Amino acid sequence: MTESGMVLAARELTKVYTRGSEAIRAVDGVSLTIRRGEFVAFMGPSGSGKTTLVNILGCLDNPTGGELDLAGRSIFGGGKSLGERDLTRVRRELFGYIFQNFYLIHTLTVRENVALPLAFYRKPGAEEEVERLLKLLGMEHRMDHLPGQISGGEMQRVAIARALVNRPEILLADEPTGNLDTRRSEEIGEILQELNRNAGLTIIMVSHNPDLARLGGRRIEMRDGQAYES
Amino acid sequence: MITPFQIACRNLLRKKVRTFLTLIGIMLSTWVMVSLFGFNKGYEKALNRDIENMGYQLMVMAKGCPYEAATMMLQGGKGLRYMEQSMVNDIVKEPEVEKVTPILMQAYFDPNKGESGGIAGYFGVDPASYPAMKPFFRFRSGGWFHDEAAQEVVMGYEAAELEQREVGDMTMVPEKNVQLKVVGILERTGTQDDGTIFVPLKSLQRIAGTAKITTVGIKVKKDADMSKLETKLYQLKDVQVVSFSQVKQTILKLIATARVMVLSIAIVAILIAMVGVVNTVLMSVLERVQEIGILKTMGAMPGDIFRLVWTETLILCSVGGIAGIGFALLFAQVTDILVRRILPYAPGGGLVAIDLPLALLTLVTIVGVGLLSGLYPAWKAGRVRPLESIRREG
Ligand SMILES: Nc1ncnc2c1ncn2[C@@H]1O[C@H](COP(=O)(O)OP(=O)(O)O)[C@@H](O)[C@H]1O
Ligand SMILES: [Mg+2]
Repeated sequence: MTESGMVLAARELTKVYTRGSEAIRAVDGVSLTIRRGEFVAFMGPSGSGKTTLVNILGCLDNPTGGELDLAGRSIFGGGKSLGERDLTRVRRELFGYIFQNFYLIHTLTVRENVALPLAFYRKPGAEEEVERLLKLLGMEHRMDHLPGQISGGEMQRVAIARALVNRPEILLADEPTGNLDTRRSEEIGEILQELNRNAGLTIIMVSHNPDLARLGGRRIEMRDGQAYES
Repeated sequence: MITPFQIACRNLLRKKVRTFLTLIGIMLSTWVMVSLFGFNKGYEKALNRDIENMGYQLMVMAKGCPYEAATMMLQGGKGLRYMEQSMVNDIVKEPEVEKVTPILMQAYFDPNKGESGGIAGYFGVDPASYPAMKPFFRFRSGGWFHDEAAQEVVMGYEAAELEQREVGDMTMVPEKNVQLKVVGILERTGTQDDGTIFVPLKSLQRIAGTAKITTVGIKVKKDADMSKLETKLYQLKDVQVVSFSQVKQTILKLIATARVMVLSIAIVAILIAMVGVVNTVLMSVLERVQEIGILKTMGAMPGDIFRLVWTETLILCSVGGIAGIGFALLFAQVTDILVRRILPYAPGGGLVAIDLPLALLTLVTIVGVGLLSGLYPAWKAGRVRPLESIRREG
């Protein structure tokens, strides 16, 4: 932990896709820092580069250029990046991810889905987290159900529990309510806000739902691959 | 907590039919393989048992005398050559020899045998030495002759069956019209003895009007130098030596040909099972790219995913392999019957011998081959990027 509480520092990140002869600058020189315990919401029109950017911030994708430090450690920079194994280590140490499509495993029960990350990596005491999180998220009565037997809002709660089971520092959420109706979206929003306030979880979220984005203490608008703080 | 092993099991159960068909493929190839190896072992064992049942390892016959009694019978006994019975005394002097027994083989044409008559094989055996060579003979009823020149016969199982004889019946030696009394009927041995009629040597010599013999059966001492003895026996005048170990080698050579054929079938079966495994596991990897990507976002290393997929292969192969061995054990009889059809010579008793080391060896082979075929799909799965889960959204 750095003294300033800085957990993420990005400088001039770019991501260029080439489609035939055409070069698409999906992320175009983004610099930003995020402190521990912040709730940052990325907004902006479709295709503006939100997903591309947060995937790079979350070590799911490599930038074409620029630098990224996480928890005081250089991840990308100077034209080189960590290898796949080291990236995996950073991911499982620092991040939990949730997505629009939940990605639960349909042959496993709710409880097993949440416990799944522990099959590969477990921080000390992580076993107790499974039930604690499911209770915290109001899913204790669904623990032995299969994903097919619960609602979309409930699936996203399960996905959140799964993302948090190894006590990450940062929760990365790309359109977490994109597949949910207004009421379920609000519920998920409240859960995220509570996790941020009570547990001090750093949250990086993408959403074009303004109500949801308003929950974040900090909003960043993306346009044509560039980031504008509002 | 959920373990990688449980995850692998659930994955396999997801596509039950496909998993089942793959299992069948592995099972069948294991079955073929274990039966083949079991046959290799069992056949030689059965052959040894057959030769053991001869009671003697060497035969000395007059030169020109055909090897097999069957050939002799086809010639109606006309091709028989005789040697002096005193030969026995020369042979027994050799230090390698444990026991000897003189035998007179005779073949008579029996017009009442079968539809158009047939040859009946008679063995004149010495009541003092022959039964000791065949201690494993079991009588279905009755027993051996009452004295060395008795007018009696002991009939092999099939010979008695053919003539419908019981102990106490009289039987007629064809051509010679001599009446003999049945005193014993043997149990089935699965060898040539079943079709033979045994008569005391002296009685058969009198019937045939000769004082000579055709054969001397020799039991060699344990650990004695057989080939040395053979060389010495060849120096006796006008005889030839038949060694059953030679006969065995000849038969085993014939069998080797049949074995190559079955082996190629087994290899093809294994290849097919292998392709099945690769196909099943690769398909399930491709179907799950997104899911594998998600596992990676959860912190799974490439090695974790590799092991997960490899575990699936391992489960498929071990379950299929164990089932195959189980079936092979269960249906060893069926294999036996099939194998007998394609063999030039099949000894009596079970031909397929599957024991624990063999079962384990087969299992290890199948699992080894399976793991080899799982390498590629597992490697491919290990290389899936976490991002692929997200990219495939739209
Ligand atoms: N894998 C890719 N290959 C080529 N172009 C891509 C790829 N991923 C994203 N893009 C392009 O990059 C731009 C930004 O996309 P994205 O980050 O998904 O936007 P957002 O999440 O804001 O909707 C879009 O123009 C998109 O077409
Ligand atoms: Mg997006």
